[in-house]
Amino acid sequence: MAISAKEQGMAYDPSSPQVMNAFYRRLFPYKALFKWLNQADVPGKLWTHREFAFTIENDVYIRYNSFNTAYDFQKEVLRLNPSRFEIGPQYSARPRDRKTLPAGALQPQRRELVFDIDMTDYDEVRTCCSDKKICKRCWGFIAAAVKVLDNALRNTFGFKHLLWVYSGRRGIHCWISDTLAIDLTDDQRRALVTFLEVIKGSKEQVKKVNVRNGKDDGELHPALEDALDDLRTEFSRLILRDQECFQSDQGWQTLLALLPANREVTESLRKLWESSPDRSSEDKWVDIVGMIKTYKTSNPTLYRKYEKYMQDIVLQYTYPRIDAEVSKHRNHLLKSPFCVHPGTGRVCIPIDPDRAHEFDPEAVPHVGELLVELDNAPAADSGGKIPEDYERTSLKPYVEMLERHAKAIMADVRGARRPVKEETMEF
Amino acid sequence: MFRPTTRPSATASSSLDVKLHKRQTVSSASSSGRYPYRLNFYDRPPSLDITLDEFETCAIDRLRILSHLEALSHRNLPPAQLSTAIATYTKQHLPLSANTARTANLDDERRRDEIGHWVLRLAFSRSPELRARFVRAETMLFRHRFETDDASERAAFLRHLALDWAVVGEDERSAYESQLRKCMPWARPEQFAAESWFKVSWTAVPDLVAKRRVFVKQGMAYVPQSMQISLVLQAFDTRLTRALEVTAKNLPRLDEDERLGPVIDHLAASFLAGVGAGEYAPTDSTAAVTAEMVDDVARKHFPPCMLNLYERLKRDHHLKHFGRLQLGLFLKGIGLPLEEAVVFWRRMYGSTMTDDKFNKEYRYNIRHSYGQEGRRANYPPKSCTQILTSNQPGTQDSHGCPFRHFSPENLQSFLLSTYPQLERGSPDMRDIMDSVKSSHYHVACTRVFEITHNVKRGEGLGNSESVSHPNKWTDRSRELEKEKLAILNGEDVKME
Repeated sequence: MAISAKEQGMAYDPSSPQVMNAFYRRLFPYKALFKWLNQADVPGKLWTHREFAFTIENDVYIRYNSFNTAYDFQKEVLRLNPSRFEIGPQYSARPRDRKTLPAGALQPQRRELVFDIDMTDYDEVRTCCSDKKICKRCWGFIAAAVKVLDNALRNTFGFKHLLWVYSGRRGIHCWISDTLAIDLTDDQRRALVTFLEVIKGSKEQVKKVNVRNGKDDGELHPALEDALDDLRTEFSRLILRDQECFQSDQGWQTLLALLPANREVTESLRKLWESSPDRSSEDKWVDIVGMIKTYKTSNPTLYRKYEKYMQDIVLQYTYPRIDAEVSKHRNHLLKSPFCVHPGTGRVCIPIDPDRAHEFDPEAVPHVGELLVELDNAPAADSGGKIPEDYERTSLKPYVEMLERHAKAIMADVRGARRPVKEETMEF
Repeated sequence: MFRPTTRPSATASSSLDVKLHKRQTVSSASSSGRYPYRLNFYDRPPSLDITLDEFETCAIDRLRILSHLEALSHRNLPPAQLSTAIATYTKQHLPLSANTARTANLDDERRRDEIGHWVLRLAFSRSPELRARFVRAETMLFRHRFETDDASERAAFLRHLALDWAVVGEDERSAYESQLRKCMPWARPEQFAAESWFKVSWTAVPDLVAKRRVFVKQGMAYVPQSMQISLVLQAFDTRLTRALEVTAKNLPRLDEDERLGPVIDHLAASFLAGVGAGEYAPTDSTAAVTAEMVDDVARKHFPPCMLNLYERLKRDHHLKHFGRLQLGLFLKGIGLPLEEAVVFWRRMYGSTMTDDKFNKEYRYNIRHSYGQEGRRANYPPKSCTQILTSNQPGTQDSHGCPFRHFSPENLQSFLLSTYPQLERGSPDMRDIMDSVKSSHYHVACTRVFEITHNVKRGEGLGNSESVSHPNKWTDRSRELEKEKLAILNGEDVKME
């Protein structure tokens, strides 16, 4: 019986130095990574002044590395054979020179705007898994988050060059390479994140969405209204049908606590749901809608209040939960795309945000699987041209994705430089 | 960018300067020629002769204002109160009048304002931390001036700045009408109808974006005219930040006059130490205190934070580092000389340590805080702001501000056991706890002062000044005692 490459590959241990060395030697797309970070063919400050941090054996963490060329970088990766590495900002000087610099001379200057969404933040709303686990079902939360965030970043803030990257286990990163994004100050990053952040409050707080200027029935900001439009369908599909968030006792108790404090409605709902425990989440949601319908004419103010509260519930369960600290400071380090997650062995591949729903974390190329594919592939294709190693594995489409992305950025950066001259000529 | 034509350019010869100056003074009698506007973005450095003395005094005056602003900003005052507090202080130290003011010497005021700003730029460009603090304080000062400026003068100033804000056209406005409306829920319909919008990059108004106060589309923020102050302040902030960075880069290459260097160094150092204003200067009335007297003074005149530390010290015969520092500097402030301080601390530690250990480990620190060791800096007593915001107490520490760093229950029992004038559940007690809840710690502390010193509510430390420094509490407390004694004596005299 033939064993598939997948099963064979799973036998490879991503924590073994030999496996990682083979990956770095034969598969890692250095050139594409360089072009994406550097935004030009010739190394500029975005590359030479950029910090890289390596995690090597025994969790030793080496910070403040920087490299003159992509080749230098590749040599160092092969020498250190890190379990993973992270990318930092462009500093005011070369980070590796920091010991020869006067104090305070090494300041972070430019850096992609980054976002990090992690499944752990969803533990209170997901019912299928918890903690480190992730399945296709809970990926639905991430997919919804990507849709909303991608939309907001493109339409509200006008960014174009977004790279979504699977974090290797249970989350997703977003890197924005627009010149405007790279040039943002920490204050501006903080402002943008605060604008996007909706779910706030500690464990002790039940209602975590307060986005109506302190009023119960205030209007939503247009950007949140757009998000809400996207999330309504996600809510009924994901929360009501798939995750059944209000099925359990605890689930519907929380739901009641999130509704306006109106004894009449709350008590009759409680009675109804206590007496028939098998009512699905969808039934319960319909129950609420039915219950408040009578207020539409008799007490429009209360009806409006319920409407707004139900909107807030949709937001609380589905709106992106971003790790705000990551985005606020330029000096935050974030794991590089195409690293291998040391725990799962999966490669941190780019994801097409329009197809985030179809993404299956289980189907992401595993480092061992790639190495097996490489072993089994013919040395040359029919045309006689010797392909790059990655081209002979299932990593190919992802590397090409990064290449296309880098190319678009480079075209934009070049384009931005030219017209300025023309304008001054006209003058 | 727009170049102010009313100011002589830096390259113009000095004779031209004079001519320009004269002509303009004649043409507009009410407004100043050199400085047509009260507000200033400080775009171009002044090119004029100034005396060394002026160089220093202008800077110190401004430094005082900026330090005071910093202190005020930590106090969490309501906007109206903050504005009056700034107004009274600036009037005293750095008046800047509107063009309509008749009595003021506009040219001189504005000149001093400008010189002070540029000197401090030199002093504060050296470290990122100083730069950030300077920009924050300067922006706050500018904001205050902008808000209090005469409406027509302000409009003229804005026209002169010629900031490139695109005005949103009628088409675009009607296209986004509902979105724009939702961003201004507080506006009445007629207000909304009369409103006009600027379209700027969202990065120009991060504060409004963070609060979701503006509509943002494709990276452009639609800022209502009524919020233009955000735009102006941001422009001020950005320009100043950038200018300071440039200054910082060029500072080492500055062909520095040896007479200016020390002045600049001193200015920077005193801002960092929180000196300049809001600092505590012992008054002449501060009588010397000896080690024996501390206990008596503590009972009568110590503010809650110091009383707490002192009681702790008495009980445990020990305080952690920051506790020692807070209490020690305070004692220095109330007039405990160095020799007496050594006696005092030795006595407090009692038998918990040998003389040898005390001399080795503690005497140095005491002498250090009196400026007798190390770099011989004369550290000022810590202000409320410093106590509230720096060196947050850890689990084993007893320093800090009781109003801020105690849990409400502990604070209440501490106050009740310390001050017999306070009763559980009394309206006063509720007042105090309410102020604490809304983080108005100085208000709570001031209220305690009023109650324990039989001072009318709102009177505070005299002239409704609230507690901003532990030593000010003690000074006022001693002053009141003296007054009371004087009255008693006076009455005795009369009776005789």
